[in-house]
Amino acid sequence: MSVRVYVPGDAAATSIGAHEVARAIAEEAARRGAALELVRNGSRGAYWLEPLVEVVTAAGRVAYGPVTAADVPALFAADFLKGGKHPLLLGAPDSIPWFAGQQRLTFERVGIVDPSSVADYVKHGGYQGLGQALKMSGSAVVQAITTSGLRGRGGAAFPTGIKWKTVLDQNAAQKYVTCNADEGDSGTFSDRMLMEGDPFTLIEGMTIAALAVGATQGFIYLRAEYPHAYRALRTAIAAAYQAHYLGPDVAGSGKRFDLEVRLGAGAYICGEETSMLESLEGKRGEVRVRPPLPAIKGLFGQPTIVNNVVTLSTVPWILAHGAEAYANFGTGKSRGTLPIQLAGNIKRGGLVERAFGLSLRELLYDYGGGSATGRPIRAVQIGGPLGAYVPPSQFDTLVDYEALSAVGALLGHGGIVVFDDTVDMARMARYAMEFCAIESCGKCTPCRIGSTRGVEVIDRILAGTDGERNVRLLEELCDTMVQGSLCGLGGMAPFPVQSALKHFREDFRARTRQ
Amino acid sequence: MLTLNSDDTATVRRIVAELKSRPGPLLEVLHAVQAALGYVPEGAVPVVAEGLNLSRAEVHGVVTFYHYFRHQAPGTHTVSLCQAEACQSRGAEALALHARARLGIDFHGTTPDGRFTLEPIYCLGNCACSPAALIDGELHGRLTPERFDALIAEQGKR
Repeated sequence: MSVRVYVPGDAAATSIGAHEVARAIAEEAARRGAALELVRNGSRGAYWLEPLVEVVTAAGRVAYGPVTAADVPALFAADFLKGGKHPLLLGAPDSIPWFAGQQRLTFERVGIVDPSSVADYVKHGGYQGLGQALKMSGSAVVQAITTSGLRGRGGAAFPTGIKWKTVLDQNAAQKYVTCNADEGDSGTFSDRMLMEGDPFTLIEGMTIAALAVGATQGFIYLRAEYPHAYRALRTAIAAAYQAHYLGPDVAGSGKRFDLEVRLGAGAYICGEETSMLESLEGKRGEVRVRPPLPAIKGLFGQPTIVNNVVTLSTVPWILAHGAEAYANFGTGKSRGTLPIQLAGNIKRGGLVERAFGLSLRELLYDYGGGSATGRPIRAVQIGGPLGAYVPPSQFDTLVDYEALSAVGALLGHGGIVVFDDTVDMARMARYAMEFCAIESCGKCTPCRIGSTRGVEVIDRILAGTDGERNVRLLEELCDTMVQGSLCGLGGMAPFPVQSALKHFREDFRARTRQ
Repeated sequence: MLTLNSDDTATVRRIVAELKSRPGPLLEVLHAVQAALGYVPEGAVPVVAEGLNLSRAEVHGVVTFYHYFRHQAPGTHTVSLCQAEACQSRGAEALALHARARLGIDFHGTTPDGRFTLEPIYCLGNCACSPAALIDGELHGRLTPERFDALIAEQGKR
């Protein structure tokens, strides 16, 4: 009887040696004549423990980590295939404190299932949500999503049920469900982990959405920077077609839903929903003026749902367990759970899914263990390159949409990038403007020109030219961009700059540059 | 306007014929052209435009809008270094300086021997294992100058 061994195939795990570990295990097993079945699962998200190897024993799954290829012979010698003692032995994964306190709903199967197998997905509760949805009317499904309180996890936090209802209420021969998988914010990787580790959840979520609103075609708009996720999605979609969960007769319902993945081409702006739709139509990713809303006139002018990966992947759980069960998690208007990503200069980085209402401090120190360098944390940026920098004096803020907004920050897609006290906040502010200049679609002037002028003004401040006057000019420029830009790129790129000016003013001084 | 040789023209025509019936096919076509030829040559623009019944300006506008599409043939190996915030917090800037010095080229450049092209990239989703790079489609994390050199040496053997 062969032993099942899990070694993550997740891109980040492979970036720090998971392929080499998998190969070493296969070779050592062959040498010893040990029969084993190697499964390349997703990552559970504790990147500080990756590569995390799991062995299925009589007592359940047992984890070892972080494992290097060089550790493999010693693991065999320690009889790890039976859960034997070794310095890297961590015990049952669920008993590791970092996981034990988490509330994994959207990520319940990530790192656990074989992401290429429909059968394994079903065995772990997959397609129960679709099963429930097929017994309900479309409007009842939409109502359930509304009742759950689910809001768009891509960053805009718009109530998902309201969006769906708008599409449901349109009369159109063709409607679309599109998934925004253009996860471009630095510090975020939850979409990537989900698509690589449990792609069927996204497929099921999109299928439920499509059947509820009467759409027959879906597109996943995936960024080109995610080649591993592209392969995982293509494999999973092909398997779902084969198992008749996609195609002309979804799960025997007699209803059609077709789904394909489309690749972006390295444009950050295409994470903005109307720009994404332009790109899906094969055009330049310039933002559209709203109204009309995509829910009314979206892809190819038809009513279209546009939701983020995490949003759509939460739908199966809500249908399977009930809207109230989901709404019971969270705080205030932020219902449910949020997959938070701890990134950058952090000791224990990775994915923490918890109900809304945790403080930044708990995340950074209890989960994160402080900075990776061991130096004091000076700032964190939340919500990607358009998110504000938050100083330690605000670390008791709760991580929910409203609480962060109250201190002038935003939650966005839930990524938190940590910086220690060596960070130069004027340079980070300059980078925010530079990034906006590189990525601006060019359609509106405040964003296209303002970002370039912003870089120049900061350069003058750092060069010691008219410092005071240029700081005032920078503040005015930020204000113009916030008020006058067509979309969130130009409208929010000033947020990191403004927050740096507000909390780290001392960094905006002349310096001699190398 | 540079014209394509007949082999490449035939390749582009075949790609267009294969994909033109798909909804909004232009990006798909350009991806396929870059996958086949390594870049999107200027001479491919009129061929694509004609095949999809678009103007050259429309196709040129799309090709130049997206950072991913190259206008020149890349080196044998493409090294994309992440320059976004999470990687900056772990020394991406210093790593980029090192990489440029090691390869003797700036971003968007190709080494004179044609072996390496160096590109900046903005987030690879490896933000808990930064700094990160994508080398020929494989992701690498927790890079140091030493690991970077070792990876380059390894690629150089291929």
